Amino acid sequence: MKFSNVMSTAGEWLRGEGPHHQIVISSRVRFARNLRNRAFPGWAKKAERTAILDLIRPRVEELPEMQDSFSELLQDLSALEKQVLVERHLISREHAAKGVGSAVVMNRRQTLSIMINEEDHLRMQSIRSGLQLKQAFKLVDKVDSALESKLEFAYDQRLGYLTACPTNVGTGMRASAMLHLPGLVLSELINQVIQAVSKIGLAVRGLYGEGTEAMGNLFQISNQTTLGEKEDEIVGRLTKVIETIIGKEHDARQVLIQKKSNTLWDQIGRAYGVLTYAHAMSSKEALNLLSIIKLGVDLGAFPEDRRLPIDELFIDTQPAHLQKTSQQKLNAEERDHLRAQIIRERLKLFPKPDISKIMRESGNGATARPSNNE
Amino acid sequence: MLCDVCKCNDATVFLTQILEGKMQKVNLCDACSKEKGVQDPTGFALADLLLGIGAAEEIEKGAPTQRCPVCGFTQADFKKTGRLGCSSCYVTFGEGLNTLLKAMHKGTEHVGKLPQRAHRAVELNDRMRTLTENLQKAVAEENYETAASLRDQIKQLEHELAS
Repeated sequence: MKFSNVMSTAGEWLRGEGPHHQIVISSRVRFARNLRNRAFPGWAKKAERTAILDLIRPRVEELPEMQDSFSELLQDLSALEKQVLVERHLISREHAAKGVGSAVVMNRRQTLSIMINEEDHLRMQSIRSGLQLKQAFKLVDKVDSALESKLEFAYDQRLGYLTACPTNVGTGMRASAMLHLPGLVLSELINQVIQAVSKIGLAVRGLYGEGTEAMGNLFQISNQTTLGEKEDEIVGRLTKVIETIIGKEHDARQVLIQKKSNTLWDQIGRAYGVLTYAHAMSSKEALNLLSIIKLGVDLGAFPEDRRLPIDELFIDTQPAHLQKTSQQKLNAEERDHLRAQIIRERLKLFPKPDISKIMRESGNGATARPSNNE
Repeated sequence: MLCDVCKCNDATVFLTQILEGKMQKVNLCDACSKEKGVQDPTGFALADLLLGIGAAEEIEKGAPTQRCPVCGFTQADFKKTGRLGCSSCYVTFGEGLNTLLKAMHKGTEHVGKLPQRAHRAVELNDRMRTLTENLQKAVAEENYETAASLRDQIKQLEHELAS
């Protein structure tokens, strides 16, 4: 499979059909694995790194899950192509910085992506739409078991799977979900939620993981520790916490509709106005405004069939996607113009927000569509 | 709760530091906290303290520049990058790392997935433990015939474990 195929088909998780997909954008589970007694990628010399890559890559490519896969050496991808993969969460920002001796292999549906010689020899990730951590875990677990029969992984009886960074030792597993929480942000409850979550050993991060800003009201929540807890316990605990946050987000939205409706309509109206008429827009502004429109769709202010075009814009307006689509390298100013232009075109046939529709639904109280038991 | 450094006195000083967004905790007794200069929080970094523990022990052992025999990684490299050199580094720098892992994680032992290969190793180790216990018992009871047979079995098992 070529890069153009990756580019032209959106990953399955982007189509957003999983459980709780209004609030949970995606679920991801990744395992870190290393070969026994071989230097970790960050410490290995170029020759050893390449030798390790040559050992691992064919084993990964021959997996049944990887039939008709996209498999590429990092040095053969352009900076822009790497960035596109980062924007789709198929490789990490760290991996995008790699060159000789590293590779990425992913399946056609873009639900399974395996990074070779990232920080660890193997980083295997499954990504699914909505809240499907258990399903994502099952796939990675299966792939891990298949690879383990052919490669000898570094494993210690007491410490479990050994990783380059001691923070990943044990299960080597990081499970995370991307949540869209505009209700909690608008009602200024988000910091409470973040604090509560960090107290129980889970981490909250921005859009692209560690050290990134929260944009577009998007938050990543993941397990912080990997030693001393079983994989399925971690996945179960995380799922429960996310279900609680989903409930809180729905409650916050209901309170906004009932008590701060003017603020809410003003936000939706402004977002619609700016997105429809602006001629220059940064990716941060675009994400923040699109988030409000997405909330508008959730609440019924826009018809349900407008959900997909908005979800697509979240990705298509990211810097690398923008440049890849326009087939040229653009400076920041040109990108902002192009971004605004694409958004205007896609929103051309978008109906005006119909606030009366939300009013009526919230008036019915218990029958309001975004209920806690989605 | 025991002191993370001397592991014999009760901890009275509890330190929490957030470094690059990661929380690290360490518990010290009164004497160790003074020795490590914790009373003076200015310019004090928890990571240095944690790594310093391992380093101090090595100096006592007369091995100030400990190097991983498999990959040549040193403790200074870890301090610089926060990453280890290879899987054997977990053995080489075991003691210092244990304190770090204790502060970082929920538990100190892996309870999750086992690779198929490890299943076999676990079985062998269990057998080894039983044999060693029986051997000690046999020696204590002056049952030398049994002891000799057990010693042979242990030798055989050691050979299997090494392969």
